Amino acid sequence: MTSLPDILSAPPASGCSNPPILRERGQREVFCGLTGIMWLHRKIQDAFFLIVGSRTCAHLMQSAAGVMIFAEPRFATAIIEERDLAGLADANEELDRVVMRLLERRPDIRLLFLVGSCPSEVIKLDLSRAAKRLSERVAPAVRVLNYSGSGIETTFTQGEDACLAALVPSLAAAPADAPESLLVVGVLADAVEDQFRRIFAEIGIRHVDFLPARKANAMPVIGPGTRYLLAQPFLGETARLIESRGGQRIAAPFPLGAEGAAGWIHAAGAAFGIAAAAIDAAIAAPLERARKAVSRYRDMLAGRRIFFFPDSQLEVPIARFLHRELGMELVEVGTPYFHKDHLAADLALLPAGTAFSEGQDVDRQIDRCRKAAPDIVVCGLGLANPLEAEGMTTKWAIELVFTPIQGFEQAGDLAELFARPLNRRARLEV
Amino acid sequence: MQLTVWTYEGPPHVGAMRVATAMRDLHYVLHAPQGDTYADLLFTMIERRSKRPPVTYTTFQARDLGGDTAALFQTACHEAYERFKPKAMIVGASCTGELIQDDPAGLAKAGGLPIPVIPLELPSYQKKENWGAAETFYQIVRHLAGPHALPPNSARPVRAAGEKPRCNLLGPTALGFRHRDDVRAISGLLERMGIAINVIAPWEASPADIARLGQADFNVVLYPEIAGPAAQWLKRSFGQPIVSTVPIGVGATRDFITEVARLAEMDPAPFLKAEESRLPWYSRSVDSTYLTGKRVFIFGDATHAIAAARVAREELGFEVVGLGTYSREFARDVREAAARHGIEALITDDYLEVEAKVAELQPELVLGTQMERHIAKRLGVPCAVISAPVHVQDFPARYSPQMGFEGADVLFDTWVHPLMMGLEEHLLGMFRDDFEFHDGAAPSHLGHASKAPARAAEPVIEVAAPAMPEAAAPAAEDGPTGWAPEAEQELRKIPFFVRGKARRNTESFAGQRGIRLITVETLYDAKAHFGR
Repeated sequence: MTSLPDILSAPPASGCSNPPILRERGQREVFCGLTGIMWLHRKIQDAFFLIVGSRTCAHLMQSAAGVMIFAEPRFATAIIEERDLAGLADANEELDRVVMRLLERRPDIRLLFLVGSCPSEVIKLDLSRAAKRLSERVAPAVRVLNYSGSGIETTFTQGEDACLAALVPSLAAAPADAPESLLVVGVLADAVEDQFRRIFAEIGIRHVDFLPARKANAMPVIGPGTRYLLAQPFLGETARLIESRGGQRIAAPFPLGAEGAAGWIHAAGAAFGIAAAAIDAAIAAPLERARKAVSRYRDMLAGRRIFFFPDSQLEVPIARFLHRELGMELVEVGTPYFHKDHLAADLALLPAGTAFSEGQDVDRQIDRCRKAAPDIVVCGLGLANPLEAEGMTTKWAIELVFTPIQGFEQAGDLAELFARPLNRRARLEV
Repeated sequence: MQLTVWTYEGPPHVGAMRVATAMRDLHYVLHAPQGDTYADLLFTMIERRSKRPPVTYTTFQARDLGGDTAALFQTACHEAYERFKPKAMIVGASCTGELIQDDPAGLAKAGGLPIPVIPLELPSYQKKENWGAAETFYQIVRHLAGPHALPPNSARPVRAAGEKPRCNLLGPTALGFRHRDDVRAISGLLERMGIAINVIAPWEASPADIARLGQADFNVVLYPEIAGPAAQWLKRSFGQPIVSTVPIGVGATRDFITEVARLAEMDPAPFLKAEESRLPWYSRSVDSTYLTGKRVFIFGDATHAIAAARVAREELGFEVVGLGTYSREFARDVREAAARHGIEALITDDYLEVEAKVAELQPELVLGTQMERHIAKRLGVPCAVISAPVHVQDFPARYSPQMGFEGADVLFDTWVHPLMMGLEEHLLGMFRDDFEFHDGAAPSHLGHASKAPARAAEPVIEVAAPAMPEAAAPAAEDGPTGWAPEAEQELRKIPFFVRGKARRNTESFAGQRGIRLITVETLYDAKAHFGR
């Protein structure tokens, strides 16, 4: 059975601790950070996300999920118009007016995020001042925070990082005599969160919080006794701010696949002084279930060659899972941003010589992909059908963000996401 | 600033992409930040195109803004030319690109590419998608066909004897509502009339095709929202008249044939006789009697909304109770059309306003866009989609035009199928208390929409209560009107698919007369007052 020491203190000699990385700075076929609102607004149930941006931002939001959803959601766009730019209207007054109208319409809202976009950043609209000003007006019923999801600063999942980073300074300080507590950081599906809660309780970690909480008034406290565990690999800025408030990171592989989930739980347990054997006993059953569920797809995936276009920053831990637990061969692992510290435990488990790339020059990467002729390509929605039409098998990367894939009980689902496109191609005879 | 939840149109550069993606050998270099590339998926996912749109984005980032974004743009132009070898290029900026004021037009000109480079000025903070498509198409036509324009005040050369009359088909783009099938329907119709098609544009036209637009005798404008300005310019520069009837519906298709025949100097009678639609007979057949006077609400782009109103009234015998558009550029035409139906047009791009109107008017059928489909689903009203904005469902695998006589047949089917079939309606009335025909047993055609609007297959992520306009709420709030138990009992005998309407009508009837307690008498008084 894999336990923490195997994973963290003794990485395989062949691991990828400091791999060479191909850095590209051409056209990037990626989403901007605004897209994160899609899952953030589902997670924080009384939060509203108001993008201050252009018609393009609004259009992105209704197109990004691949479907158009026309209920009244908890996000909207305040579209900047010509008169705002020409100085005919005071942009701040306009923003206040829009926010007040919105809050009137939605009295259920407790937390409002003003979300910066490319145009609001370029015209230097100061949303942090706006958030402060509006907070004073609408407190205590509503808290107003701001972050930027603009494409010039954030790529896709970095939007979640920016959002959580905006929350950290607003968290209450833990009392000086507070016991050590575990803070799990990063959006997880509610069901996954509940599974982890049960496991932490079973191994004896008593104080466990999740950031973000499901309700605005239930956000965790933070202080020097906070030991935090990242649930997602794209939270660099959030981590930095948690540390500035005294939190200490628990280094761990990300909880993807049986091995990742085990390593993650073990790391948390060790940080709280819990014996590895006790943890092994507590996770034996789910770990066995996860291994069994994953093994079902091994025949279909073992030896298959996979190519990752950059998308969510989940690429490295997913590549680790596919390689270690399903025997897939990694042709290229592209990621928008390579956070070496946070990925250290995952990198250590990857074979030496794995080809990594950071950033993108999409046409050149497509050339490399065609030349490598992989068995399956992980890419964004803009590329998937064109590559399929060329005869490649693809997996939409966005599904990896919208589907619960973390933890023991989801390990099999994660494997299935990669098996399905191959399975489908094998079935079709026309 | 405008608070927007959902939008009917994208930004103008998406309109430009629709033109570029429809064409061949044309490339679009767009000065835009990373993230704007989302627009590719509109074409590859919604329309299921097998190729990426011919668009290169500069995808500048914050760190580039301090440096030389202009150089980034020039490099992007050169690399796009080298890689894709287009025959012409359009260049411009998205909303953020516009703000950094790099002058893509000047930069591209200075770049010295050996192909025509057409600059686009698309003001993102004023205009929208359809305007962007129209402006882009106009600029492409003016730049590429312009050099061949007739000298001022000269007449068109006369067609040689025995030569077929020729026309262009203007307006179809990528991501258009059934443009793919309308092109086939109308080019087939014109060819059967003995008219040659010179160029179809932008649909699959190359820059060389655009250059020879002037060789046609006249222009057919299928989508005025997109091809209007280009057709006007062609009229001025080449003296080409415009066929302005949009052939949606049987009557409009007949008018279209007549108008085309006049310009082609031929007799329309044989074609009018030869071409057939099933719609007129299906509408007259007795099962269709139940369609009489059905109250229909129509919303879409101007062209489709106006055409749908005519078909609804003249060809299906519906009553048009609402007509509107999000195309502000065509507000006047829609107002005029609405006046012909004796109603006031709804001109708005705020879908909440449209929803409130639908709830207020309580139509029996909604003809709208995908947005109205969702509105109708929530209000439990049958709906058919007649216009963009589009959804993956609007690109059916089968041939399914909106235009011409085949298109009219498609309209009949798609508008009538969401409604109760005549015989089914009759049976439901007869057996309304039958144990199998109870309220909970949804009629076959409505599926989930009638009784329990529970979990649809579609990912409706959230249904928030505040969006439901007050008009649809039960009226007993501050207790003015109540129902006597016998009246409630009687109400339950009314078929469930009209019961909501009967309840609302009765309550408003009682409210207006200050009646506090609705009795069986009140119910039937109201029924007599409102008619059917």
